[in-house]
Amino acid sequence: MDTRVARKKLGLKERYAAMTRGLGWETSYQPMDKVFPYDRYEGLKIHDWDQWQDPFRLTMDAYWKYQGEKEKKLYAVIEAFAQNNGQLGVADARYVNALKLFIQGVTPLEYYAHRGFAHVGRQFTGEGARVAAQMQSIDELRHYQTETHAISHYNKYFNGMHSPNHWFDRVWYLSVPKSFFEDACTAGPFEFLTAVSFSFEYVLTNLLFVPFMSGAAHNGDMSTVTFGFSAQSDESRHMTLGIECIKFMLEQDPDNVPIVQRWIDKWFWRGYRLLTLVAMMQDYMLPKRVMSWKEAWEMYAESNGGALFKDLARYGIREPKGWKDACEGKDHISHQAWNTFYNYAAAAPFHTWVPKDDELQWLSEKYPNTFDALYRPRLEYYRGQQEQGQRFYNKTLPMLCQTCQIPMLFTEPGDATQIAYRESSYLGDKFHFCSDHCKEIFDHEPEKYVQAWLPVHQIYQGHCFKPGVDPTAPGFDPLAAVLDYYELNVGRDNFDFEGSEDQKNFAAWRGDGTHNASGEQA
Amino acid sequence: MTVVAAAPYRFPVADVRENFPAPLLYIGWDQHLMFCAPFCLPLPPDLPFDALLTQVLPGIYGAHPDFARIDWDQAQWTKAGQPWRPDRAKSLAENGLGHKDAIHFRTPGLNGIAGSCS
Repeated sequence: MDTRVARKKLGLKERYAAMTRGLGWETSYQPMDKVFPYDRYEGLKIHDWDQWQDPFRLTMDAYWKYQGEKEKKLYAVIEAFAQNNGQLGVADARYVNALKLFIQGVTPLEYYAHRGFAHVGRQFTGEGARVAAQMQSIDELRHYQTETHAISHYNKYFNGMHSPNHWFDRVWYLSVPKSFFEDACTAGPFEFLTAVSFSFEYVLTNLLFVPFMSGAAHNGDMSTVTFGFSAQSDESRHMTLGIECIKFMLEQDPDNVPIVQRWIDKWFWRGYRLLTLVAMMQDYMLPKRVMSWKEAWEMYAESNGGALFKDLARYGIREPKGWKDACEGKDHISHQAWNTFYNYAAAAPFHTWVPKDDELQWLSEKYPNTFDALYRPRLEYYRGQQEQGQRFYNKTLPMLCQTCQIPMLFTEPGDATQIAYRESSYLGDKFHFCSDHCKEIFDHEPEKYVQAWLPVHQIYQGHCFKPGVDPTAPGFDPLAAVLDYYELNVGRDNFDFEGSEDQKNFAAWRGDGTHNASGEQA
Repeated sequence: MTVVAAAPYRFPVADVRENFPAPLLYIGWDQHLMFCAPFCLPLPPDLPFDALLTQVLPGIYGAHPDFARIDWDQAQWTKAGQPWRPDRAKSLAENGLGHKDAIHFRTPGLNGIAGSCS
């Protein structure tokens, strides 16, 4: 019998090198540029891809093992949550609207991120970056799946969750997150990394995940907390990847600095505008509040982000152009966004409401300089109208910003009583914007944004009706036709929370736990 | 400046005039932010400006308690960031309004619900 010879085990460093740097491909009978057409045309100069250092030194085999363990834990919790009727443990059925917003507007972005990173992972010639991007691509697909699985349990009991993929491509406000990612995925690979890895994941992700997941914990939704924790460990890796890729680009060549700065300016602003939805969720949709949007902005953006941009100053990078305006917006955007959804609650598959008195008080305390003067009177007026049976629904379509696609709800820097109007002309057509920064993004690349699928304009062009619908027929109701195209269950998914099926069902289920149902013997 | 792209980059402009049944007009009422954003309306170019005020706007702004109190002769208009004076007797087109023009008006003395510009 031969003596068994133990093969020498590779050390961590060698193993990492073998599992990443050994995977490169130098083409022989085709030019590299033909096989990898995308990693040069943006003008970014890369002299040495080996300078890319993966922050986590994670190899694919370790990755499978680690993620497999997390999956087991996650699905055990989801299963237990379902078996124990965890949906009854949430603070209030209003909370579930935050989950609706998540499954409608955030989860599809995970899928877009998966696609984007898969593309980048194929196109970069540097092996370290390719492996990191491929692993992130798988993470993002996992996030899409685990979020969908966790929230699918709520879909059995609550409205507004039945068709998130259908809605993502059609419903008006979902064009905001959709256009963000389509803009990123159709940019070059380095711009994509700046947009998603750096601006979104590194600078802004805490503002997205912390409120949602802490909000879930505060409101008794342990299923969401669990997928949040599962995703958060990946997010840490993604954030580190984000800062690594920025530093890599900046260190490779000084000519890269102005290109990267422009991308940071653009993507910080686009990401900030997208997070308007989160600001509103945080201040209005959580029955038990965690912290105000303003407090979150001060902690995660002004304090952490401020330090980040001081750190990047040594490369010649300054804070994004929209930074000051974004900081001023912390006092306003959540109120302005909630008002928009209150206006258009007939056309959105989630509910809105006027906050209760203690909630108005909380908002007054958190926003002492703005809430009582500007926003409270409007909410109290709505409540009075609602009590008289005249709940205000805005039925006319709003003007949208050509770049961020948000209704033109934002006010002038320095004057929160005046809507900001900005305008550009391109090839004889006029285009409108909510801010200087959205205008600047357009002016730099008008060809990209003139093709924007603006929901309001698409409705007026007749593209948002089901096939066979005749808009010229007598008695045609355009709003009803659009909601039918959305596949929104009118009267169940939409309108005010007061009087909704969600409200009534939840009260009845909760009552069943403390009282005998009617007709039952005591 | 133009898009940096790996191949020629030309796509149709999605919202040219020909794609709509009528030109779009954007209109906003300053200091009345109960209406969360300005409106987008397809309107025939031969519509008299007076009809816009008396027939179209009541349907979109009438829910506001200030609306019935508006004195249109006092309204102050802005177009493309500049003060602007429409002629009520003339049509939208004769007033120089074309596809995707944005106008907004201020109603002095009417400052929204409880003076909050709502």
